[in-house]
Amino acid sequence: MISYLDIMLYVQIALSGICMYRIIRGPTIPDRMVGIDIFGILVVGICAIIAIETEKSYILDIGIAWIILSFIGTLTLAKYLSGKKINE
Amino acid sequence: MRYLTLFILSLIMWLLLTFKLTIPNLIVGTVVAAITALIFARYFIRNVHKFLEPKRYFWLFVYFFVFLWACLKANIDVAYRVLHPAMPIRPGIVKVRTTLRSDFARTLLANSITMTPGTISVDIIGDDLYIHWIYVHSEDPEVYSSLILGQFEKYIKRIVE
Amino acid sequence: MACLILLSVGILFNLFGCIGLIRLPDVYNRLQAATKCVTLGTCSILIGVLVHFGFNDAGVKAMVAIPILFFASTVAAHALIRGAYGFGIRLGDRSVKDDYKDAVK
Repeated sequence: MISYLDIMLYVQIALSGICMYRIIRGPTIPDRMVGIDIFGILVVGICAIIAIETEKSYILDIGIAWIILSFIGTLTLAKYLSGKKINE
Repeated sequence: MRYLTLFILSLIMWLLLTFKLTIPNLIVGTVVAAITALIFARYFIRNVHKFLEPKRYFWLFVYFFVFLWACLKANIDVAYRVLHPAMPIRPGIVKVRTTLRSDFARTLLANSITMTPGTISVDIIGDDLYIHWIYVHSEDPEVYSSLILGQFEKYIKRIVE
Repeated sequence: MACLILLSVGILFNLFGCIGLIRLPDVYNRLQAATKCVTLGTCSILIGVLVHFGFNDAGVKAMVAIPILFFASTVAAHALIRGAYGFGIRLGDRSVKDDYKDAVK
């Protein structure tokens, strides 16, 4: 028996798949980085839904840590971008 | 004074995240908050006495609802532009002059602009904010300044400055 | 029940953001649509968690995550759009105005 929460979880995972499409096919490097940034936020949503399903609170800790790590990762990538030019 | 404020804020954050009022937890939280305050207090905002003025919290509360309404409008707007078959976009980068002075106020203004309908802030040079706009309604600086900044500048001035 | 409604609204906004990520023409517009919709959608999901658990440890964790998520995503979007401009991506064909070009050079 698949519950309503399960369907939401699968939809959220499918949305991360759409982001993955942009990461793989993105014509330029900044497009891929936008995909990585959005992917990081979607994973937090997946963590929240799993926390409701299993009634465990430590999964939300994983979500908070994931927000901060993906934020630092995006800042590093953006810093890397602004030092380069498109034809290098 | 800055050290003390950051220490108290860190301790509150620790207690909210662990949500246990036992003695060992309090001791660990105090030690961690003290280390955090020692390292990071020199990057904290300067005028910490503003934390003690209650009318700023009242304006923060009002601003929260104004911001929430703008945020919801922004999402409906994006949904309309994305789902419309012809995609009615007309993007461009415009320059807007701000009157806010302190760094924290400008950060808050730029973050608010990022979440409101159709705009995202690109850079701040001097007093000018550069804003990418998904649909440039008009070319007149007066009109688009009032459209983008709206009421935000007024409220942020009351909260922070 | 309110929890399920909030979760559904959040996932709907996430869906709009991802459609924008696919359909819009250049990196600035994609970043614009995706950041707004996905941030508000995830905030809505976290408020749903808060409603489901009530005011205990899990609910408070979800509540603390909301401002962290808000500041992190907006500052990341700001850094990415500035990095993309510095990288040399020009605005798309349909754009009408570029004041930033004079300021950088």
